[in-house]
Amino acid sequence: MTLVLHRIDDRLIHGQVVLGWGPPLGVEFIVLVDDAVATSDWERELYEMAVPPDMEVYFHPVEGSAAALAQYRADERPGILLTGSVESMRRLVEGNGIPAVNVGGIHHRADRTPRLRYVFLSPAEEQALREIAARGVEVTAQDVPSAHPVPLETLLTSRHEL
Amino acid sequence: MSNPTTPRAIVAGHGGFAAGLVSAVEVITGRGDTFYPVAVPDLSAADIEAFLREAMDRTGARVIFTDLHAGSCTMAARRILRGTPDAVLVSGANLPALIDFAFAEAKPGPTAARHAADRGRAAIITLEGTP
Repeated sequence: MTLVLHRIDDRLIHGQVVLGWGPPLGVEFIVLVDDAVATSDWERELYEMAVPPDMEVYFHPVEGSAAALAQYRADERPGILLTGSVESMRRLVEGNGIPAVNVGGIHHRADRTPRLRYVFLSPAEEQALREIAARGVEVTAQDVPSAHPVPLETLLTSRHEL
Repeated sequence: MSNPTTPRAIVAGHGGFAAGLVSAVEVITGRGDTFYPVAVPDLSAADIEAFLREAMDRTGARVIFTDLHAGSCTMAARRILRGTPDAVLVSGANLPALIDFAFAEAKPGPTAARHAADRGRAAIITLEGTP
């Protein structure tokens, strides 16, 4: 297997990831790419304790994580790659052959427009998603496996009423 | 609620988990107001943490019951525990645990929370059908 999901989710590891996507995809490891988490023992421990005993978590800062992706792609086990921001995923996508990006959860912030119930985007984040798509990467929004994936163009023209 | 008191614990979780459990405690014991239910629909991790802190400040409660070990409320509560030495988190909470806590008003919060967790664990059983 390989990395079976590349997800942007500002909650990082939480119920939807571990229990929503984990069992249907048979996920055995999570690659968490986030600068703040990668450099904090306490943050790493927090997320390590959030997964079942049979699931492993690997931490990387954004810088230099591209080299590690090849290693995880070659892993026999199915895995999920997680970033907490659009910008981190945009940087990862550059030249790394990521086929598809799942926008799983980006929540309210003052400069963001509500696009879906679980996706709020700033103009810079919308531009970054367009740049990811321009590299031939399929970008869709989908919080849980049973939901319909929302294509990027639909996402960017949607408006969620709060 | 039929027995107005100051909430002694926060209940937080996905969807209607908190309100549903607290409603059930009220129906069964009349002590639903032991708990302050918190729903966190589609908030960021930081907002969930702020929401829980606000609930704790408002009620003075230092015990938090959450639904899932890996859930966003549990993660937020674990961040709150760091630097809040008098707070206690019980994740994986269920109705038997909350009912036990509701009747433990004479015990200190942490003691009552630990007892409630034990009761909640013990209350999960499986029964097999018979021919």
